[in-house]
Amino acid sequence: MNTLTDAWHWLTDSAHWARDDGVWHRLGQHLVLTVVCLVISCLIALPVALVLGHLGRGGALAVNISNVGRAVPTFAVLVLLLLTPLGDRGEGPTVVALVLFAVPPLLTNAYVGMREVDRDVVRAARGMGMTGGQLLWRVEAPLALPMIMGGVRIAAVQLVATATIAALAGGGGLGRIITAGFNLASTPQVVAGAVLVAVFALLVEAVFEAAERLLPRRGTR
Amino acid sequence: MTAPPDDCLARNEWICGDYLSTRRHILLDAVGQHLQLTVLSVLIGLAIALPLAVLARRWGWAAGPVLAVTTVLYTIPSLAMFSLLLPVYGLSAALVVAGLVLYSLTLLVRNILAGLRAVPEDTRQAARGMGYGPVRLLLTVELPLALPAAMAGLRIATVSAVSLATVGAIVGFGGLGNLIYAGMNTYFKAQVLTASVLCVVIAVAADLLLLGIQWLITPWTRAKRG
Repeated sequence: MNTLTDAWHWLTDSAHWARDDGVWHRLGQHLVLTVVCLVISCLIALPVALVLGHLGRGGALAVNISNVGRAVPTFAVLVLLLLTPLGDRGEGPTVVALVLFAVPPLLTNAYVGMREVDRDVVRAARGMGMTGGQLLWRVEAPLALPMIMGGVRIAAVQLVATATIAALAGGGGLGRIITAGFNLASTPQVVAGAVLVAVFALLVEAVFEAAERLLPRRGTR
Repeated sequence: MTAPPDDCLARNEWICGDYLSTRRHILLDAVGQHLQLTVLSVLIGLAIALPLAVLARRWGWAAGPVLAVTTVLYTIPSLAMFSLLLPVYGLSAALVVAGLVLYSLTLLVRNILAGLRAVPEDTRQAARGMGYGPVRLLLTVELPLALPAAMAGLRIATVSAVSLATVGAIVGFGGLGNLIYAGMNTYFKAQVLTASVLCVVIAVAADLLLLGIQWLITPWTRAKRG
């Protein structure tokens, strides 16, 4: 119990929040890192998944990439990239490792969502004379939106969680509070950092949950 | 004056045969620790998840809370999870195992429960009509039919555990993660690459092994297709 009260004291000490390497600064780094990686991953994964889903090709590929992605430790990828010339470029390795990590769930969910669109609806739209592009944008993508957003949500939460690993390799973000705590052998700081990261991850989850409720519901689901 | 050795270790190359031959015992130790961490945590996870899923199946009201708690646990970042358990377990392998167990719970409970729920009501009624009690129904009808879904969850949980175990390097019990961590600090390319590749190899091998086991213990799924 003592550790928890000590961690609470650490958290409520305003000196730990304001400094250059304080909580606010690390939180900002964490947020920027997560958002940048999420946007890049979406820009890579979603167009590919939408087109593949529309054409109905490469399904095995889209699903298998996701399984292979789970087998590759992000920490290993991060360190490998760090030792390449890319390692000299600040947050470069972290961003690449996190993007590689976030692409699989986005790809799989968006692809599956596109394939699950009712084939009768697609045929009807085709019968009305819609071109492939119109079909993709006006029929399939809107109907697949819940699944696509589900993938974005999974990717976002996992990114927040995994961005902490960047700290092991000297990167920024909330993970630094934890690793610094380990180096100082200060268990209260380690626990305080862990609580911060966990709360942040749960907050992101809650934001997506709320966004999904507010999203206008289209189609049958 | 003797010239410095001109081998791939001295040149710090990514792929280095000398590394494999000179550090074989270090690599084997790390692989052993990695396997131990993974197997132990998945087995403990399974031992906890199975009764949880069965209970959630039996009492519908329990399903919501059980799923919610395990999902929240899954959201907590691995580095944070290991840190949160630090006051309880100290710097030990048990800390890493406990963290990995909590992660595998989400995947296992979810999949076992989905498998149990997918057992057709007709099948259960037929078994009851044949005089099966609730325990026998569970053990000889429901659980076997839930196996494919449960095995799918077990495979994901195992592969994830192999990959997550590397983060245990923060407390010095990360198996191959230790080598990656040490290699990062000393800029030792061969060590980082070898350990990373071994991680992936272990994950893929474990996945194939579980797939084989599933094939062996669910003969009826094959008969249906043929």
